[in-house]
Amino acid sequence: MSRVTLLALQVLVAIVCIALWQLLSSVPVFGKILLPPFFFSNPVDVFDQIVKWFVSGVIWKHLGITLAESILAFVIGSLGGVLIGFWFARQPLVAAVFDPYVKMVNALPRVVLAPIFALWLGLGIWSKVALGVTLVFFIVFFNVYQGVKEVSRTVLDNGRMLGMSERQLMQHVYWPSALSWMFSSLHTSVGFAVVGAVVGEYLGSAAGLGYLIQQAEGVFDVAGVFAGMFVLSAFVILIDFGVTLVERRLLVWRPTVDGRG
Amino acid sequence: MTTPTAVALEDAKVAFRLGDGRVYTAVEKAHLTVAQGEFVAIVGPTGCGKSTLLNVAAGLLKPAAGSVKIFDRPLGGLNQDAGYLFQADALFPWKTALDNVAIGLEIKGTPRADALPRAQKWLTSVGLGAFARRYPHMLSGGQRKRVALAQVLIRDPKILLMDEPFGPLDAQTRQVMGNLLLDLWNADRKAVLFVTHDLEEAIALADRVVIMSAGPSSRIIGDWRVTLPRPRDIFEVRLDKEFHALHREIWSVLKDEVMKGYAQSTHAAEAV
Repeated sequence: MSRVTLLALQVLVAIVCIALWQLLSSVPVFGKILLPPFFFSNPVDVFDQIVKWFVSGVIWKHLGITLAESILAFVIGSLGGVLIGFWFARQPLVAAVFDPYVKMVNALPRVVLAPIFALWLGLGIWSKVALGVTLVFFIVFFNVYQGVKEVSRTVLDNGRMLGMSERQLMQHVYWPSALSWMFSSLHTSVGFAVVGAVVGEYLGSAAGLGYLIQQAEGVFDVAGVFAGMFVLSAFVILIDFGVTLVERRLLVWRPTVDGRG
Repeated sequence: MTTPTAVALEDAKVAFRLGDGRVYTAVEKAHLTVAQGEFVAIVGPTGCGKSTLLNVAAGLLKPAAGSVKIFDRPLGGLNQDAGYLFQADALFPWKTALDNVAIGLEIKGTPRADALPRAQKWLTSVGLGAFARRYPHMLSGGQRKRVALAQVLIRDPKILLMDEPFGPLDAQTRQVMGNLLLDLWNADRKAVLFVTHDLEEAIALADRVVIMSAGPSSRIIGDWRVTLPRPRDIFEVRLDKEFHALHREIWSVLKDEVMKGYAQSTHAAEAV
């Protein structure tokens, strides 16, 4: 299928959904409105709300806060994940000792940590960053750990036979292998950084997209809730696109999954 | 005049501890020498421990008994005089062909600016001058072997250890690679220990062909000198009368071992 046809079909899906939504929330079917505006709002109102946010400029501040939280959560979580993952993979004893605790903490639904972080770090951005870090850290940690563990035996032997010292093996073999695993989970970890930030904001904050949605919900402003959701989705898609660009640059050496080289 | 011995295995025995505590003896009483400048091929049935013996010479495996001497010095740790060409893909997938070759020098402390042009020269001499910027996954199996060969040779090792290096390649590519290897080897005649299961390849390439018995506890059971004149061309040497006579002679010994090895591997499969 050509790119144009594909794009046309994708747009068509959106048009049909929005048209149905508008229709069902404004035109009665058999004397009844199937999507009562109080619960479902309607596309026109939602669009109005989004335009209003952007025209007045209110949204930029909230987007900026959420973006900052996501980036901080991603950077800190990744850094921690890479360092600890590396350390554990190279020191099997340490890994064995900490194994049950790592599993325990990872099994914990992160939402329950939000109140704790709010208590410790206040309602500012750092409690959201902390929540994001707990999500990002484990994804990166497990991937880096795996990456170091699963370095090909032959490649490692080859490095040794070429005369590499432990430090050189680290630099030329373990490190690139671990990083490639980390980059392959980039989409997931960036996504989770945003989730951490938004959920944190939703549970208690004074700014951010999560805050915006929570405020709208508090006054039964369904159009506001939907508007917030749409802005958030667009925001995530943009970030994801950025990640794809970065990934393409960093993983040129890897065969692409779909075989398009 | 005696030429110095590059590799000497004396009464080497290699054993592995299996998961259930039993000890599996792969190779026993192996006595093998490779003189400087000599090209020795080890041939044997599948699972006879040819690669094991090579790993002992490389220092990747420690023999359970016996001694390993490299240039008359006992080998402790890895054999730093040797370059090792692996059967499986051993290139660094995250490095370009050029960087893969240059790394052999960079490890030794050669500045990158000096290493890169020399790596480019080596790539050219293995016929891949135009592929320097490619990553391993963008190269064919034969091209990857060429890069691996350049990666090993750029370090100018005194000994070349090769573990069925052309095993995964198709028949034509193997012959082309064999000729390339002979050309490169002819330039400075390093000591070579070349493991293969292909008797024809062994005779065509080597000065001496060593035959191993079927495992476990396999031994070296034969040692033939190949007196075919050099430089050789792999395509033509196979048509030589002497080649055929030698092939028939060695094959008469090897055949029994191959059948034994085959029978054992099917028994082992049934036991599992």
